[in-house]
Amino acid sequence: MPKIKLPRKSTHIDMTAMCDVAFLLLTFFMLATKFKPDEPVVVTTPASTSTKQIPEGFMQITLDKDGRIFFAVDNINAKRDIINQINDDKKLGLSSVEMQNFVNGSGVGVPFSQLKSYLALAPNQRADYDKKAPGIPTDTTGDFTTNELAYWVQTARYHVDNGKGRIAIKADGKASYPNISKVISTLGKQKVFRFSFITDMKGVPPGTALAAERAGKPAAE
Amino acid sequence: MAELEVKGGKKGTPRIDLTPMVDLGFLLITFFMFTTTMSKPKAMEIQMPYKDDKLKDEDKNKIKNDEALTLLLSKDHRIYYYNGIGDDPTNPPKVEVTYFKDKDGIRDVLIQKKKTVQSLISQGVLGAKDKVIVLIKPDDNSTTGDLIDILDEMTINAIPVYAVVDITPVDKDFIKATEAVNPQ
Repeated sequence: MPKIKLPRKSTHIDMTAMCDVAFLLLTFFMLATKFKPDEPVVVTTPASTSTKQIPEGFMQITLDKDGRIFFAVDNINAKRDIINQINDDKKLGLSSVEMQNFVNGSGVGVPFSQLKSYLALAPNQRADYDKKAPGIPTDTTGDFTTNELAYWVQTARYHVDNGKGRIAIKADGKASYPNISKVISTLGKQKVFRFSFITDMKGVPPGTALAAERAGKPAAE
Repeated sequence: MAELEVKGGKKGTPRIDLTPMVDLGFLLITFFMFTTTMSKPKAMEIQMPYKDDKLKDEDKNKIKNDEALTLLLSKDHRIYYYNGIGDDPTNPPKVEVTYFKDKDGIRDVLIQKKKTVQSLISQGVLGAKDKVIVLIKPDDNSTTGDLIDILDEMTINAIPVYAVVDITPVDKDFIKATEAVNPQ
């Protein structure tokens, strides 16, 4: 019987093309994404059709699904002024290291009575603490003694962009309405009636008035 | 020299095994996929109605019944709605229930309301400057997600005037009565 002659092939596969693809994807991901911001708590925001960018140098009120409130400011210089004023007003006696921790940290969700012990913790301990932190005490009044969020908002507004800083609320979709109502009425007491909700993006449903408007003139970025 | 002879004897390009480099590439891709986020969060602007305790009652309530639509957000993402502002106790409005849906949901209710107001304007019942006004009253059982969804629905349907206001005991009774009539 004649033997079938198999050509002896090298088992080497040329990896150059695969390597090209891998690095192309890598480049794409590096350019198209950005790092997840440092957040004190995990919040799943609802989606909206809004295409507006989040205003620069904003103050962020985070509301998680259990109704805990965290406050953060996105402006290093303002943060330094804010913690200085709070330290003086509330006689917290913070050390310079603790103040620096506030400036470098992502946001706080503790009452003023616990602020000093919270800021004294190391960054990873603070992240652990945030998981069971009580949140900033808030109610529907504008009284600074019980509504500490009102105090935070007023102090921060004074220091961020001379009172022109915008407020963004990052609320979990599952947070109940009374909780978000507390935040909204706190802002209302501070005469803040205009603010933003941070949301995910959602497509515009076809055949609606907004879809027609967007098609007519492309949404301004 | 022996070494040189060997090198000279081999023809063709020198091959480098790229497998580890591919491994490295995919490892980095995986890392970036897990640590970064693709979607940029967006900001939804909202203007709350100006609220001042000093404001007198007669300065309020300038909404005409024909142009208003009241939405009551309640548990399980339900929306109870009725025409008008429901301030006449002798003639309670017909309260109906709907949901957040693309078809036969709240969107159709809003589109229908816009059409009704448009035809009332053409009939001369309402003035030319009158617009649809939607009052949103979330109750204690609704969630923040419901609020954002309904505000978004206002944008989607280009409702000119809308406001989030506090729910009244009367409205809570409407919800209870409607729930009693059609339990779901």
